[in-house]
Amino acid sequence: MRRTLKEKADIVSGRYTVPELEEIARRVRVDILKMLNHAKSGHSGGSLSAVEILVSLYFSVMNHKPGDPYWKERDRFILSKGHAAPLLYAVLAHCGYIPKEELFTLRQIGSRLQGHPHGGSIPGVDVSTGSLGQGLAMGNGMALGLRLDCSPARVYVLLGDGEIQEGMIWEAAMAAAHHKIDNLCAILDNNGLQIDGAVASVMCIEPVADKFRSFGWEVLVVDGHDIAEITRALKDTKAVRGKPSIIIAKTVKGKGVSFMEGKFQYHGLPPTDEELVRALKELGEK
Amino acid sequence: MEKMEATRDAYGKILLKLGEMDERIVVLDADLSSSTKTGVFAKKFPHRFFNMGVAEQNLMGTAAGLSAVGKIPFVSTFAIFASGRAWEPVRQSIAYSKFNVKIVATHGGITVGEDGASHQALEDVALMRAIPGMIVIIPADSVETEKAIDAVYRYEGPVYMRLSRAKFPVIFDENYNFKIGKGMVLMEGRDVAILSAGLMVANSMAACEILKRENISAAVVNISTIKPIDVELIKNVAAGTGAVVTCEEHSIIGGLGSAVAEVLAEEVNVPLVRVGVRDRFGLSGTAEDLIRYFHFSPEDIADAAREAIKKKNARK
Repeated sequence: MRRTLKEKADIVSGRYTVPELEEIARRVRVDILKMLNHAKSGHSGGSLSAVEILVSLYFSVMNHKPGDPYWKERDRFILSKGHAAPLLYAVLAHCGYIPKEELFTLRQIGSRLQGHPHGGSIPGVDVSTGSLGQGLAMGNGMALGLRLDCSPARVYVLLGDGEIQEGMIWEAAMAAAHHKIDNLCAILDNNGLQIDGAVASVMCIEPVADKFRSFGWEVLVVDGHDIAEITRALKDTKAVRGKPSIIIAKTVKGKGVSFMEGKFQYHGLPPTDEELVRALKELGEK
Repeated sequence: MEKMEATRDAYGKILLKLGEMDERIVVLDADLSSSTKTGVFAKKFPHRFFNMGVAEQNLMGTAAGLSAVGKIPFVSTFAIFASGRAWEPVRQSIAYSKFNVKIVATHGGITVGEDGASHQALEDVALMRAIPGMIVIIPADSVETEKAIDAVYRYEGPVYMRLSRAKFPVIFDENYNFKIGKGMVLMEGRDVAILSAGLMVANSMAACEILKRENISAAVVNISTIKPIDVELIKNVAAGTGAVVTCEEHSIIGGLGSAVAEVLAEEVNVPLVRVGVRDRFGLSGTAEDLIRYFHFSPEDIADAAREAIKKKNARK
């Protein structure tokens, strides 16, 4: 056990090749689908759309030590779109923050894996999210606090595109630029769908890149399923000074499972037993 | 003439002291730092003061984030915005993770005065009391404010403290010892117990003097911690007097009156009369005129005490 922990403590960013990261992403997708099927409730579409983003962050970009989860200088991650909790839990399990078996307790009574992340319940989850629109403000606070301590740590916040319809996001966007919070990077999982349908038809957010630019942010646009491109963009933002950064990641809701891709109906639905078999086959699992 | 001081002024002073003592203390405000008195801290420690503009939701979320990296945020704005506009971020971002954030809201109650109903928080205690684990405190004067701020700084977890715009008579001296969750009998009495919070404590003490002239012996109890409320003390004074009055500059729905009613309903069956705002909004006027208009004067409190005693006697 001690040896495993030591190994885990050593996984600090940047030691994986792109094909290795892609393989981790594939396995994370498999775990997400299995745990959602087991839980019989939860959010498939928005978990699958951000897999490459989280894998890039946790296995290539962020400085963190799963064996020492409260390491003071760790980079922080906030899943502001808290309904993608299965994705976060699967990634944390792959890193070694929680045992993999625990993934199958998702949403059950007594589980540490609450339907939406609860700050303090498990190592690696610092804040509570799930009520949309609140993560960016918390990210601002963390980044300001870390800056006061002259810490090298950075803060990453994953936003949903439906989520940014919340007014509080724009309060936080204004504040981040005003306070020149350059140790903060937001990533927008721009999958274009929300519960009631297309973001463009429910409440249009475009032109979203221009909105953030006009708020004083550094804006980058990437293919959210191209790990090499995401990783490069995330690393590029470390050099931005005097303003916050946002990466607009163009993604596909339900990515990796043909019958879920681009379907808003899978926003809050888990795969049935039959769907799980089909999905795992598509992902190359027996 | 007794000494008068606004609790918000005391807050500005103690914040400065704590800021010198502890580097972890940061202060956030939403464009009201001259009114909430956090401006005093801002001047001395500009790098640890964050003005978040007129955006109270982001104000609370930012405080949660600062707490998540080990800071001790004191967050101030008017009570109506801290408890109302920002309620959900207070619940989700601060309280749910038990973050060590101190929300010190000024301008509570009707004594906000001329600004009128839009700025008079009459529901803030009800809103904050309902959040799991939230400590709710209303100091009775400037001395208690200083002691209470020091106590909540030493306490680990979320706190909501309500301060006032108006100047209050100073009741306590420097030897006063504030403890979170503990009420205090300020005047002993046999016939009725007046349980009060904030400005109403001074008015209740004046009511007690009025009642004395009629040979009515009224106890006055300062219930500065509304949550967790001092159940033992309330049980004792209720059992000892057999009649209870509550006084608060807040709606009778969800505030001190409700909290005391909950204790009495479960523990001691004695009559209760609640002095407070009765399911309506406030209005513009001077603080003094509003105290008279809403029947919060010492004479009104004495009336409530007489009514409680009458109810007690009717039960005999």
